[in-house]
Amino acid sequence: MQASSRIPTAPVGAAGSYVARFVPPLLDPEQQTPALVSGPNGKAAVKRFNVYRNNVTVSLIEALAATFPATERITGETFFRAMARFHVRETPSTSPLLFEYGRDFPDFIARYEYAQSMPWLADVARIERAWLDVYHAADAPALTPDALAAVPPNRLGDAVFMAHPAVRIVRSDFPAVTIFAVNRATGPVSRIETSASESALITRPELEVAIRNLTPGADILLDRLLSGVPLATAAEEATSRYPSLDLATAIATALEAGAFLAIHYGEKP
Amino acid sequence: MSMKSTISSAMLASAVAAALSSLAVAGPLTEAQVKSAMDAGKEKCFGVALKGHNDCAAGPGTTCQATSTVDYQGNAWKFVDGGTCTTMKLPDGRMGSPEPLSRDMPS
Repeated sequence: MQASSRIPTAPVGAAGSYVARFVPPLLDPEQQTPALVSGPNGKAAVKRFNVYRNNVTVSLIEALAATFPATERITGETFFRAMARFHVRETPSTSPLLFEYGRDFPDFIARYEYAQSMPWLADVARIERAWLDVYHAADAPALTPDALAAVPPNRLGDAVFMAHPAVRIVRSDFPAVTIFAVNRATGPVSRIETSASESALITRPELEVAIRNLTPGADILLDRLLSGVPLATAAEEATSRYPSLDLATAIATALEAGAFLAIHYGEKP
Repeated sequence: MSMKSTISSAMLASAVAAALSSLAVAGPLTEAQVKSAMDAGKEKCFGVALKGHNDCAAGPGTTCQATSTVDYQGNAWKFVDGGTCTTMKLPDGRMGSPEPLSRDMPS
């Protein structure tokens, strides 16, 4: 769910407005304290503004650390906070709700110069961001196996599955699910013995966020189904690229995970 | 792309049937597991969270942690130990509820 209330990052309104002069120096320490900020009796307020500037940056870094704990564990705190600081300066928050912050952070990690030796790090961060989105998504009863069983066989090909509010798929060319899982847990990180591509199916069946590792092909099938592609088209696309794909297992996994909300037929209404 | 006809409706039907039969075995177990986890563990309790300390659900259509704006907001819930929700003692005779309440709404 996207933030409904947004505050301006790039200041809006008249170029000379208070916000337009106050905000840019907040995130750029090279810029001088705006003249419109002053202490009692009109004294300069450089130190006061610096305190505020520091709080803004640190609170956004803290928000990223809270949203991306496995990413921080992988990189270590010093590396993570330095990387987060660059991101905060480049892409400040656009919502007053801090849990909405960080949607652009995985893409930033993917091009961050010092993270190039960890090409899987951005995908781990994508799973963490999706985890939080799923955690906050609306409650809704998932599609039941009975509802799927009630679809007449000749209509199955046209069946369009509506996505449950609490479902995300993160596809990765790396074992991102395994790396996420061992680093998100509190126990010691054991040696990871896989280099296989893994895609994550993230759902929240009841109160707990659940992450499933999708087999190659199953991720394509579910990704297409959740985008509103009819079952026959989605199955053709997935099996043409992965002929060994087990459709039954993929469908069972999605049902069990609670990935769907309802079924309708043909084009989206 | 002409990918039509690689998947017949019979293949789809048998895949769905196989998926459903594999769930028929696992389904009740999963339900029971969820139930026992709920019984033994945490449950949602409405109307008991101090403002800003709710776990989720603080407005129509939204479910947001730490966004309730009044103490004991009736439509905001917090995870509590299973079985303790309705016995919680709150100021002015309020009670917790497993269902959303209409009291203490933000004005």
